[in-house]
Amino acid sequence: MTTRRTTPPTAVPPARFGDLVAAEWIKIRSLRSTPWTLALVALVVIGSSVAAAVADYQRFPHYSPEARREHAFSLHDAFPAEGYMCLMLAAGCIGAITVTSEYGTGLIRTTTVAVPARGAMLAAKAVVTAALWSVVGAVVATGSFVVSQAILDGRDAAITLDHSGAVRALVASALLAPVCALLGLGLGALIRHSATTMVTTTFTLLMLPLFFSTEKQWSAAIRNGMVDSSWRRLTMDWVPSQADSLVPLHTATISGSWTVYALWPLIAVALALIVVRRRDV
Amino acid sequence: MIEVNELTKRYGAKTAVDRLSFTVRPGRVTGFLGPNGAGKTSTLRVLLGLDAPTSGTATVGGVRFRDHPRGLHHAGALLDAGHVHGGRTARAHLAALARSNGIAARRVAEVLEEVGLADAARRRVGGFSLGMRQRLGIATALLGDPPVLIFDEPVNGMDPEGVLWVRRLFRRLAAEGRTVFLSSHLMSEMEQTADDLVVIGQGRLITAESVRDFAARGTRLSVTVVTPRPTELTAVLTTAGATVEPGDGPGDGPEAASGAAATLTVTGLPADRIAALAFEHRVLLHELTTRAATLEEAFMELTADSVEYLAGETR
Repeated sequence: MTTRRTTPPTAVPPARFGDLVAAEWIKIRSLRSTPWTLALVALVVIGSSVAAAVADYQRFPHYSPEARREHAFSLHDAFPAEGYMCLMLAAGCIGAITVTSEYGTGLIRTTTVAVPARGAMLAAKAVVTAALWSVVGAVVATGSFVVSQAILDGRDAAITLDHSGAVRALVASALLAPVCALLGLGLGALIRHSATTMVTTTFTLLMLPLFFSTEKQWSAAIRNGMVDSSWRRLTMDWVPSQADSLVPLHTATISGSWTVYALWPLIAVALALIVVRRRDV
Repeated sequence: MIEVNELTKRYGAKTAVDRLSFTVRPGRVTGFLGPNGAGKTSTLRVLLGLDAPTSGTATVGGVRFRDHPRGLHHAGALLDAGHVHGGRTARAHLAALARSNGIAARRVAEVLEEVGLADAARRRVGGFSLGMRQRLGIATALLGDPPVLIFDEPVNGMDPEGVLWVRRLFRRLAAEGRTVFLSSHLMSEMEQTADDLVVIGQGRLITAESVRDFAARGTRLSVTVVTPRPTELTAVLTTAGATVEPGDGPGDGPEAASGAAATLTVTGLPADRIAALAFEHRVLLHELTTRAATLEEAFMELTADSVEYLAGETR
């Protein structure tokens, strides 16, 4: 005990949440796959809008005068389901990977020794994921809208953001990315295993809604509670009328759909925050 | 300072750590020894706040590690060199960890320089050899300039030059007044580096003492005797109260069978008494050597009862 340390340990800097966010951003940014994946996702989604707009451009001469006048297809071309399902898949899985890759490599142990406050660390990951995918979503949704309407403009069939429901559809499509990414992140922290998380995230986002219909009230209630259904409702510029339908319709409300958008990521991340504090790493 | 008090950790039905207590002092290198599966890594995981203890406490600098919002200034650790993401460069890996703890970015270059990875800073960790990953892990532990350093099997995969470097580093860190705690399943490694030892087996404490005391306690003397008449000598020595075992050495095997010299290991009698008895009974001796047990042997003997996985038949 004669050689006890003579100098006091270096002053410990305060624990700032902002530092954790910056650290998570360094982690995302330093992976070579990040920019490539995001560029590919943007290309696929905007490409699907191009394809949908081109198809309507070519069919345009055959449309009824009524359909031409009401621009019944223009908003749908901006946000086609096939493209945005790809966005859901990519955002959900990449959001999950930000957590599961740490568990898979064991990096989570290095990280947890550096930051024993596990909840704060996961919250920082959620902040970075939400911010990154909000930007990606905004770029993709704006790109989809602008490019598709530029093509339809050739038929004088383009709409602007003044069109009823256009802003709502744009915002809902942009937010679809962070909603799915946060759901994936939450599931990733709960499940920890990459492959299992991928399957669960994909099933929850894309397959589960198919099991429920809008005909029966209970079934419609579940279906309307899905992210996919909510996005579809928020990007519709018309509402199916019960008068035209042979079966009862239980269409979701707009406010209900926004609530669904908020609840899925909130619940997933909240559960994850509770569980990471309790479990061994 | 590391204090472990009545620590128990169970994973399901398996008790990995069983009412373990010990203290690791600053300014010294302390070896944490035990056979594979003795509970070393489990103890370190609880100590570093990764696992919650079933009962008991483990503190670093008097505080439960989990209660620190940020860890790198309180303890640096290398648990497994593989605990990195292969897609990141060494610099990015350290930069993220440094930033999370509010450590200046220039510290990253300093520790990379210190562990000899400055030239590999921009290379992806996936392409690193095990020895390089160990160095990166040590760099991670040094980032926050912590008073406590914990390393789990740090020399695995290192070349001889790396092993020498790491020993000197540990000695220097201890000389600076830090607490240095190293786990290993090899006594020979500790013999070269450690001041103190904590030896465990099957999750329980076997001994905690200085290397010097451990060595003194472990030196059980034995005498190796080579004789062409082993049966006769064995009878004489056994009558005199010694324990005689056929030893392995020159003269064993075919030669011994044909009546040539055989080797015996004798305990319980000093060499001069053995020589006198042999002279009295006119038994020729070819060789008479006193051997002190090595630290490694003392360790093996101490942990023999607690070795979990034995090759071949059970004892």
